This record gives sequence, structure tokens and C-alpha cells, in this order.
Amino acid sequence: MKTARKPVLAATAVCLFLLAVVAATAALMLAGEADGSGGGRTPEERIVALVVLTLAACAVSCWMIFRLYALYVSAPLRMAEELAATLAHGSLRVNAHGAGELQVLGQAANQLLALHEARENDVAERVREARASLEEERSRLAALMADLSQSVVVCNLDGRVLLYNQRAKQELSAGEDGSNAELLGLGRSIYTVFDRALIGHALERLQQASQERAEGDSKQLVGSAQFVTATRAGRLLRAHMSPVLGGNGPHQAQVGGLSITGFVLVLEDVTSTNERHARRDALIQALIEGGRGPLGSIRAAGEMLSDFSDMPSQQRDRFLRVIRDEAAVLSLQFEKAASAFSNDLRERWLLEEILGGELLLVAARRIAERRTSERRALAVKTEDVDDDLWLRVDTFGLLQALRYLALRLQDEYEVREVRLSLTRSGQLAQFDLSWLGTFMNNETAMSWLQDPMTTAGESLPLSVLDVIERCNGEIWFQRERVSHRAFFRTMLPAAEPPKDLPRAIVAAGEGERPEFYDFDIFGWSAASHELDDRSLVELSYTVFDTETTGLQPSQGDEIIQIGATRIVNRRLLRHECFDQLIDPRCRLSQQSIEVHGITRELLVGQPFIDSVLPKFHAFCADTVLVGHNAAFDMRFLQLKEKQTGVRFEQPVLDTLLLSAILHPNQTSHRLEAIAERLGVSVFGRHTALGDAIVTGEVFLKMLPLLAEMGIRTLRQAREASQRTYHARLKY
Amino acid sequence: MSKKILIADDEQNIVISIEFLLRREGFEVLVAGDGEDALAKVRAERPDLVLLDVMMPKMNGFDVCQALRADPDLSATRILMLTAKGRDTEVSKGLGLGADGYMTKPFSTKELLAEVRKLLGM
Repeated sequence: MKTARKPVLAATAVCLFLLAVVAATAALMLAGEADGSGGGRTPEERIVALVVLTLAACAVSCWMIFRLYALYVSAPLRMAEELAATLAHGSLRVNAHGAGELQVLGQAANQLLALHEARENDVAERVREARASLEEERSRLAALMADLSQSVVVCNLDGRVLLYNQRAKQELSAGEDGSNAELLGLGRSIYTVFDRALIGHALERLQQASQERAEGDSKQLVGSAQFVTATRAGRLLRAHMSPVLGGNGPHQAQVGGLSITGFVLVLEDVTSTNERHARRDALIQALIEGGRGPLGSIRAAGEMLSDFSDMPSQQRDRFLRVIRDEAAVLSLQFEKAASAFSNDLRERWLLEEILGGELLLVAARRIAERRTSERRALAVKTEDVDDDLWLRVDTFGLLQALRYLALRLQDEYEVREVRLSLTRSGQLAQFDLSWLGTFMNNETAMSWLQDPMTTAGESLPLSVLDVIERCNGEIWFQRERVSHRAFFRTMLPAAEPPKDLPRAIVAAGEGERPEFYDFDIFGWSAASHELDDRSLVELSYTVFDTETTGLQPSQGDEIIQIGATRIVNRRLLRHECFDQLIDPRCRLSQQSIEVHGITRELLVGQPFIDSVLPKFHAFCADTVLVGHNAAFDMRFLQLKEKQTGVRFEQPVLDTLLLSAILHPNQTSHRLEAIAERLGVSVFGRHTALGDAIVTGEVFLKMLPLLAEMGIRTLRQAREASQRTYHARLKY
Repeated sequence: MSKKILIADDEQNIVISIEFLLRREGFEVLVAGDGEDALAKVRAERPDLVLLDVMMPKMNGFDVCQALRADPDLSATRILMLTAKGRDTEVSKGLGLGADGYMTKPFSTKELLAEVRKLLGM
């Protein structure tokens, strides 16, 4: 239908309708006037005809109007709905409806939609790329940090831990008794590990340093601060603190035009270094001060003897005696110092894992190195090298010892070639230095092994025996008369191939964000301690569960296992777990063993509740507790308050109550039932940690559902829980 | 009249030499083996100079020095401290407590003699 004809059609329809009405009226009037003339029809007949006519006209008009409505009113409405639907799903299109011009409009809209979708896909692609490169950088950083021998911890200005490496976890998580107390964790306060004042002071110095620099030379990088402190486990750490410069986040300090959003702590265990330094200082001090007295006496006596040579012989003898005695005292002191120093040296040499073949190659190279005074280098051959043999030795010392022996052979017995071999002999590694031809007798060989190692220009206060002993090995001299070979044979314990440091950071599950990382909590502040008005999604949680000997804490039932994990920034941190069996000091009923599978034997030697609860309390610090049917577990904890002196005053959320808020019409709010409803797979149930993890996953699924119901803050969640609780009580 | 010098040191082996040297130089020499003995001999004999070792039994050299300086009657007595510890802090402590000179072992007997003469104004 042509566009131009539409108005005509519409007009015609209306005209026809009017015409029909007018005609009907006119016909009625005419009929009235011509009543007498006798038109052949009765007025009734006329009226019937008119009514029929009018009805027909009306029917035609109605049909026309409905048709027009369908074409021009409902079609655009349908198109509008379809258009609205594309807002949610960009791939949808508008269908052709109604009149041709509306279809043209639809085509235009579809073109626009296609363009929009293409752009959106483009943006999404770019976001994906950016995320991938970010992820790559992150895993690079993770790998780097995992390999560092120092501990690294990154915190925001409130001291919340944002990032740490494995080494930091090992070093800082140990409690006072040396056991793992999980003191370090994401979102946790660094002040549970370090003194607040200490960090505060270092931060101040840092800010001051940056201020000074910024005043002099604008936009200079901020400096760093150092301090030494002790961990709970009594280790001495040297900490190096540098600032994290940041953008314009809400939590930052402005220093000289630069904003600091946090700080990095690089920590080094200096316990042994410090002890060694202190020991060495004391040694030197003792040597100096102890030497002054005797030396003073010797010097004075010597000067008297030479200045007053006319003295009587009796007097001379007295001076000589002074010199002899004091010299003896001095010698003794030097001996003592020398042996202390040698001990110190011995301790300083660490054993390290090395592939035997590698050690052999290095040894061969070192022995073959031509000495400056030497006319000819010593030839070295390696044979029978077991390539898979690992040793745990003081590499440096062992190389020194081999070189010393080989060079002495060359110097004193004119040996021209030595051979090195390494073979496995059961649990031991047999390491031979052998040569052909001349050899010494046993006594000489023994003295070689016992003498301090001295080769041209180099001297060590250690003997070959010292070195081998330190490697937990034995060395001896042996000869085979038949083959004219002689050798020094060393037996060393074979070592396990070294295990890499746990690389938990990079080893996090595929596609999963590594859990040691959380840069997103940078803007997270603990300044507001009023947790109630905090959004549920930004709070940190400790999800926990206990296994007990029974259901009646007041009747003497006890906790036998506590398992807990944490949620930070809506992520369950499986790497930061608390999992502890507890000796309940009472009998286990068969019934309870069937529930949790923990037998008496498993609990023998486990700590008592008195020592576990303080650790668990520290683990929960600054978090909201979450449990399934938490009231049950809390009751057990509460009953131990007096005994352990630990109070759990954290806010508590119960997934059972939250489930009742979300699904009031469901009959079961057991953990399995909820997990099934929310699509959480259940594993390892009825271990405390397994249940805690399921509870945590369930809780995470609940958060968006709660938000839909308008429950967004801790206060709202608590109030809703309370209402539900009362409602449940009434039933 | 020859000057009187008190040697206060528990190390016999150094006392032998110093005593011998000072007598040969014509001084009258007294010897004390510990801090209390030294203090008593200074009060009784009024020597012109005390050679005072720091590390002594019963009463150390610093305490003896302090006690001597606290007595106005003994203000003319010169004090030369001898020590086997050579730390700067110790030297300044000795001088701060009123010693007139300080020598660290091992010292040369010539220097000791020169210092003794200087302190006695000879």
C-alpha cells in the first residue's frame, strides 16, 4: 500500500461513516415527509432498512479502524518493547511489524543496534586484553616474590596487609611458642605481628624524609626507613620500609605533593647474623683488652732490662720471669680467641644442596686452575659420575679441601694427573680423589687431613677433616697396590633433591585469582570501627565450624576440632586456614565418633582448649564471625571464657538464619540443603574445616541475594536475623 | 726532699717494673695492692702523685679517684690513671672524675716517666 493512499483511506473510512449516518437521518426525515404520498413502503420497513444500512456502515467503519489500529498503534508498541529488550541482550533485534514505514524505522533501529553491539564487543575485548595483561603482570610479580629470600609484606596506611609472600608467612606467622599461629593474613592488621608504635615511628620518619626531600627537590622519590625488631617467636628481623605511592584514593597521606597509600616492608632475619656479630665483637674486645695488661707488663719489664743493664742479676731474673709469665698468659688468650674464631667460621658455613656431578665439574675446574707460581697445571679427569646424585655439603669448603689435597699431591709427590669420581653406595655418596704412581704412607696422609689447609697464598684455619665432618661425612686414605692407584675416599650422605619453596602464589587453581593477592583492598580503611554500618561486601569474615564430643556444652561436652577460613573482599581464602584438633580431656562417645570420624587416637598429644582458643581468637581478630547454626558453636566458646580468659566479642552472622530470611518458605535450612539450593558443591563435610569452607561458599552466594532484599549492611543483616530468629522461636 | 709516689695496682708484674724505674729515678715509692689500701695509704702518707690502676679489687680506680677528689685536704695530690681498657669513654670518665692524666697499657716507660715529671712540675 502506498503511503500517499493511507490518509485517503482513513479519510474515506471516516467519510463513509459520516455519510452513512447522514444518509440514514435524511432517509428517516424523507420517510416522514412522504408518509402520505405512498412510496410503497411502510415506515417500519424503512426503519428496518435504515437500521440495517447503519449497522452495515458501522461494521465497515469498525473494521477499518481496527485495521488502522493494528497497523499504526500496536505495531510500534511491540517494536518499542523489542527495542527495550535489546538493552539487556545486545544481540536481540527488532522484528518487522505493521506498516512499511514502521518496518523502515525498524531496519534503522537494527542498524544502530548492530553498530552498538560491535562497539560493545570491541570494548569487552579490550577489557579482556587489559585484564589478561594485568593478570600476567600479577603472576610475574607473584613468581618474583615467591622466589625472594626476604619476606615481603605490603600494607595500606592503616596497617592492613594487602600482599605478602610465602617467606613472610613462614617467618611472621609463628606464635610465641614457635607454632604456626596464622598471625599474617590478607586484610589483617600488621600490628598483630609488629608493635604499632614501631611502625608508626618508621612511617613518621618516612613522611619526614619525603617532606624534606620534597621541599628541596620537588617530586623526588620518597626515601625509606629501617628498623630492627623481634617477632613473637623471638626472631630478630631487620625491616626495610618504603612507601607505596598512589593515586587519589580515599585513604592516603599527602606528603610534599606526593600521596602515600601504604608501605612495603622487606624483612630479613638477622637473628643469627646479629648473634654472630655480637660474638665476634666480644671476641675482639676480649682480645684487645685482655692483651693490654700482659703486654704492658712485658713492655715495661723489657724496657727496664735494656735501659738499666747494670741491675743486679737477682733483679734481672725477676724481670725475665715477668716477661715469661705474661707472654704465656698472652699466648693462652690468643689460643682461646683463635679457636673461638674458628668455631665461628665453622658455623658460618651453611650446607647447601648441590647436584654431585655439578660439584665434580667445578672441583675439576678449580683444581686445574693454573697457579701463578706454577709451571704446569695439574690435569684432572672425571669418571663414573652419577648424574642424579644430590649432596648436601658445604660446597665452598669441600672445593677448598679437594684443591688443597690435589695441589699438595702435585707439590710434594709430583703427581701430574688426578681423577675424580662420584658413585652411589646405598644411602651414601662415594667421592674419590685418586691418582696413579707415588703415594705417601698413612701417617703423612693423616697429617694432610688434619693440618689447617694452607696452599700458596691461601690459608684457612680449618682442616680437611673439619670440612668433611661438617658435611657429616668421613674421609680416609687408601691404596691399591695391584693397580698402583691411591685415593682419598670421602663418604657423604646422599641428599634428597631439593624441594622448591612452596609456590602457593603461582600454584593457585587455574582461572582462579591467586588468593595471596588482593590489591582491591587498598582503599579499605579500619578507621571506622563501627562495623554495623559497613557494607556486608566490604567486611572481612572468619567462617568457622567446630566438632564436639556431643550436643550439650553445659553437660560437659567439649570442642575437639576447630576449623576456620577467612573471607576478604568477597573471596574465600583457602590458603589462610585454621585447622586444629583439640584434646578434650574426656571420653568420646561412639555416637559422636560416627558423626565426625575423629577417634581418641587422633586426639592424643593434641593441645588443650586453653592454648588453642587464644590462637583462634587471634585468627579471628578484626573480622565478623560466620557459622552455620553459629549459636551452637558460640555457646561452646562462651562456656570457655572463664577458663581461657578469651572473649569472642565479634559480631556473628548465622547462615542458618540468613537462609531463613532468603527462603522463608523452605522447610529445611540444613547446610547441605542450602548448599544445594545455592549451587554450592559439598565436600569433606563433618570435618570442621570442610564445613567451614562450605559455609563460607554458601555465605558468599547469599550476599547478592540479601542485597536484592535490601540487606546491605551488617546492621541490616543482624536485624533481619534477629527478626527471623524470633519468628522461628514462635513456631 | 724527694717526691713521694704511690703505685696502686694489683698486677704485680707491672708494679715490679714501675717501682724499679721510679726508685732508680730517685722517687720515694709506695705500693698498694687494692683500692681500699690505696685510699688508706694516700691519707696516711700524703704522696705527691698516685699512679692509679682502674681495675682493682675491693674498690676500683674510678671510685678511689672520686674519693680523693672529694677530700679538700688531698687536693694537691696528683692522680695519673693507668688502665688496661683503652676506650675513649673510659678516658673521659677518668678525667671527668678529676684525674690529672691518663695512660693506657701498654705504655712506654719513658713516656710514663715524662708524664710523672710533668705532673710533679719537675
